Amino acid sequence: MLRLERRAQPSRVMAWCSPLLAVALTALIGSVLFMVVGKDPVASLRVFFLEPIRDLRGWSEVGVKVAPLLVIAVGLSICFRANVFNIGAEGQLVVGAIAAGALILHLDDDTNGGALLISLALLAGVAGGMAWAAITALLRDRFHANEILVSLMLVYVAELLLSYLVHGALIDPDGFGFPQSRLFSDGWLLPVVLPGTRLHVGIVLALVAAVAGWLYLTRSFSGFKLQVGGIAPMAARYAGFSSRSSLWISLLVSGGLAGLAGAAEVMGPIGQLTPSISPGYGFAAIIVAFVGRLHPLGVIFSSFIMALFYIGGELSQSRLGMPSAVTGIFQGILLFALLACDVLIHNRLRWSR
Amino acid sequence: MDALAPLIASAMVAGTPLMLAALGLLVNERSGVINLGSEGMMLMGAITAFATTLASGSFTLGFLAGAVVAMLMSGFFAWLTIWLGANQVATGLALSLFGVGASAYLGLPYAGESLQPIQFAVPLLHDIPVLGPALFRHHPLVYGAIALCFVIAWFLMRTRAGLIVRAVGESPTSAHSLGYDVRRIRLACVLFGGACAGLAGAFMSLVYTPLWVEGMVAGRGWIALALTTFATWRPLRVMAGAYLFGGITILTYHMQALGVPIASQLLSMLPYIATVVVLVLISRNAAWIRLNMPASLGKNFNPNA
Repeated sequence: MLRLERRAQPSRVMAWCSPLLAVALTALIGSVLFMVVGKDPVASLRVFFLEPIRDLRGWSEVGVKVAPLLVIAVGLSICFRANVFNIGAEGQLVVGAIAAGALILHLDDDTNGGALLISLALLAGVAGGMAWAAITALLRDRFHANEILVSLMLVYVAELLLSYLVHGALIDPDGFGFPQSRLFSDGWLLPVVLPGTRLHVGIVLALVAAVAGWLYLTRSFSGFKLQVGGIAPMAARYAGFSSRSSLWISLLVSGGLAGLAGAAEVMGPIGQLTPSISPGYGFAAIIVAFVGRLHPLGVIFSSFIMALFYIGGELSQSRLGMPSAVTGIFQGILLFALLACDVLIHNRLRWSR
Repeated sequence: MDALAPLIASAMVAGTPLMLAALGLLVNERSGVINLGSEGMMLMGAITAFATTLASGSFTLGFLAGAVVAMLMSGFFAWLTIWLGANQVATGLALSLFGVGASAYLGLPYAGESLQPIQFAVPLLHDIPVLGPALFRHHPLVYGAIALCFVIAWFLMRTRAGLIVRAVGESPTSAHSLGYDVRRIRLACVLFGGACAGLAGAFMSLVYTPLWVEGMVAGRGWIALALTTFATWRPLRVMAGAYLFGGITILTYHMQALGVPIASQLLSMLPYIATVVVLVLISRNAAWIRLNMPASLGKNFNPNA
């Protein structure tokens, strides 16, 4: 019989192989599921893993999805390492988008724009996300309210707030009553880095965030304190590391980055405020962070995989006649697969009679 | 007074799924396991129940299917966390994310379908003026949830088995050294929590609405999680909390219907904001929470270590 035997020491090799194994396992389970519903499994896998990156245009579209996923996942990696479970990145993204969008709609006069004002709008997004996450931090810090539940409840509040604004204060006056804002003028849109595609400068910001996050965690004292607090709270307390400052830093950083993602989405591919600006990037980024081993550079890999799932879901509608909701199933399976594979870090499989 | 009757009636109906899910989670958490997957399990319970009832015409079968599917999901959660030692928070989240995605996928053919609402009445009592329409014309599960509340209170506080469950939640090591199989006891509690979440989801799609809309649980699974904290892990307080939240939900609908000049989106925020407020009020006193919270909540136990 196959059984688990505890390793004397956690395996470093498995720690890095487990995400790869999880992706392979997800592909395997996915193809079985496709077979069950009567689709050709090989063709289906091609739609998810090869079609999206067949040409430069495909790569650029993947990049458009990587940008928000990566930038949020970097923040969440830092947050989860501090053992602070910010599950509400989706809400922080939405508030970031609202802040940036409101600023643009207020200042935009069809002639202005440019690098300085774009940066200002992005900063507004960061501030918006930070402010939203600060509510969670404050309630946790002052009143010990569980950050998982509070941040999650605030997602619903943020989405309703966005819906309220695009139905009212920020609605396009010439939009025939459609619940959306007017389009931002060109001067306020993020510059495209690859001519002829939609790939905007957000991808560069995301990569910069990843490197900065890595430097913060590995090269700064603050990042060190934060991680000690996450792994061994008692040791951190003994050393005099403040758990409060870790809480605030991790929530503000992850909230700010989620807000940045929201701002970049509305100033990039969307170009206006609409009632639904994110296909669940904030939640998908949780999976991205875990699959990337909560490592700011590891999440580059996992956000790429997650972006493939998003594009694959869109493609499967036209190529396979499968609804794009299939993406959501893949996301869940991926996290399950990772959690199951992670068991092998601390255990090994043994045949025994 | 006559206007109050439908208000109370609908608050009870709105509170029932919260109560069912929260009661399941309460037993679950009393054994020391926190399952953040309730939102996903409720959604899967809702769509399975809806599809089953639509196909078979039987509500009983629908409820059963909803409970079984959610129970299977919780069984998978139990295997990952209790036997393989996976992190409870991450695994529960995975369950919720999976449930949201899978129910959206499975529910596509059922969008826009609806079931014939069913009428119930408690014999004799339903004719009492005011009280009759307010309290005695509900689906049997509304009363079932109330009964379940008392049964769980009795089970946890007055039976030997309940004492063992609490012991496992407070100190699995002690329970283990007394010879109790901690993992199996936790499995049973997690399965019970799953079944309750499934019933709660089924109640939403079969009785409360009764139709299927993607994401129709709308955070109730998470609110149910908050309710267990709000109730400081006591069943009767769960009932109070669930009806309170049911009341808030219904109040927002009624305010909209009455034409209160507040945007519907702002009114819809109320249940979520109320959850946050309630969490803050109850968690304010850290010592009190620590006193009531199962001591090993969220911590895995490995009998071989």
